[in-house]
Amino acid sequence: MISMNKVSKHYGSFQVLTDCTTQVHKGEVIVVCGPSGSGKSTLIKCVNGLEPFQSGEIIVNGVSVGDPKTNLSKLRSTVGMVFQNFELFPHMSIIDNLCIAQIKVLGRSQEQAREKGHKLLDRVGLRAQAEKYPGQLSGGQQQRVAIARALAMDPICMLFDEPTSALDPEMVNEVLDVMTELAQEGMTMMCVTHEMGFARRVASRVIFMDQGRIVEDDSKEAFFEHARSERAQQFLAKILHH
Amino acid sequence: MHDYDWSSIPNSLPFLWDGMKISLEITLSAVVFGIIWGTLLALMRLSPVKPLSWFAAGYVNLFRAVPLVMVLLWFFLIVPRLLESLLGLPRGTDMRLASAIAGFALFEAAYYSEIIRAGIQSVPKGQMGAASALGMTYGQAMRLVVLPQAFRNMVPLLLTQGIILFQDTSLVYVSALADFFGAAYKVGDRDGRLVELLLFAGAVYFVLCFTASRIVRHYQNRLKTA
Repeated sequence: MISMNKVSKHYGSFQVLTDCTTQVHKGEVIVVCGPSGSGKSTLIKCVNGLEPFQSGEIIVNGVSVGDPKTNLSKLRSTVGMVFQNFELFPHMSIIDNLCIAQIKVLGRSQEQAREKGHKLLDRVGLRAQAEKYPGQLSGGQQQRVAIARALAMDPICMLFDEPTSALDPEMVNEVLDVMTELAQEGMTMMCVTHEMGFARRVASRVIFMDQGRIVEDDSKEAFFEHARSERAQQFLAKILHH
Repeated sequence: MHDYDWSSIPNSLPFLWDGMKISLEITLSAVVFGIIWGTLLALMRLSPVKPLSWFAAGYVNLFRAVPLVMVLLWFFLIVPRLLESLLGLPRGTDMRLASAIAGFALFEAAYYSEIIRAGIQSVPKGQMGAASALGMTYGQAMRLVVLPQAFRNMVPLLLTQGIILFQDTSLVYVSALADFFGAAYKVGDRDGRLVELLLFAGAVYFVLCFTASRIVRHYQNRLKTA
């Protein structure tokens, strides 16, 4: 589904990603973790071309992301993405947030889009909020709307960029629950997150990054039981011991 | 001491009102066209296509570095001739109003584009990212997501610029076009009551502009609390 081969990126002389290679198969849930500044967010933003990269290759569902001939907008419409800061459109109601891209990008009718939108809001438990504006919702609710908005496009896979980092602790679980459910339904997912509980529950594999390199890429059992690199062991020790 | 005599004002009110209509017409058209052209300039300025960005930067810098009254004179003196020869209009067609509107719109667009550029940049970058991630093209993301938010933040500044523009319309007196100020001047000149008429015109400008800026400030406060 997603294959990366020796992806590298630099801003000027600063190397952000170095030779990142990995594979994500259909139905897999990959958790990407690592210390801040290790390039995890940049890595998943490269998958849908939100961040350009200078060398290497990323193939999503048979389409090369880095190829200048690729219609990136079309590719992105098939890949759902959820951001740390939700990025709902504040000038539109919740239901319009879910409908706008369905109508303008996929060409669905107003009725089709709204029906789909309401169904998805129902699924994330927010049907009653459809006519409100993003500013009237809590962070956790906004993030669930953002997930529903991405799902409304019927994506072939979903990218999550630290979806719970900006949330108050008591709202983290409501978002993780939605993500867990999605994973159990077989959605292909790539999640940058520090939620190791989530990783233990649903991840197929864990990727650990440090200084722009993929240091570990292993099954979750192998990663949590006996991470090979010292850097990953230190990282795990730090985040699991409190 | 000057003896004030206000008696020529009541009789001239219809004439003065005609002048006011011209002032308002110039202001509204210049605001509308200025904002449209200013938006295009701002988009060009922010565009990754270098020649577009250079053109917009050059345009803005040129118009901000010359006096408005000179731009108006260019438009009164040069553009009508140009149009006459281009469109084959009879010589001496009165294009003063059209020239004034065009001059103001092109001049104000330079200022509007800077306001709009700041407005676009005030919208968090993640919004463009989120719109792109949903498969919108750059144009769709701008039109549907970024610009509506930018404009909402900018409304007070755009209106304030409109109020300044309304005051500046008095500069059309250089073309003897009877806007409100021109009309007041003409009446005063005719009746030998220039001082009274200019005081009266000043009071009218003050009341209108002061009220309008109060309304803008009220709106601004509401925007802040919303």
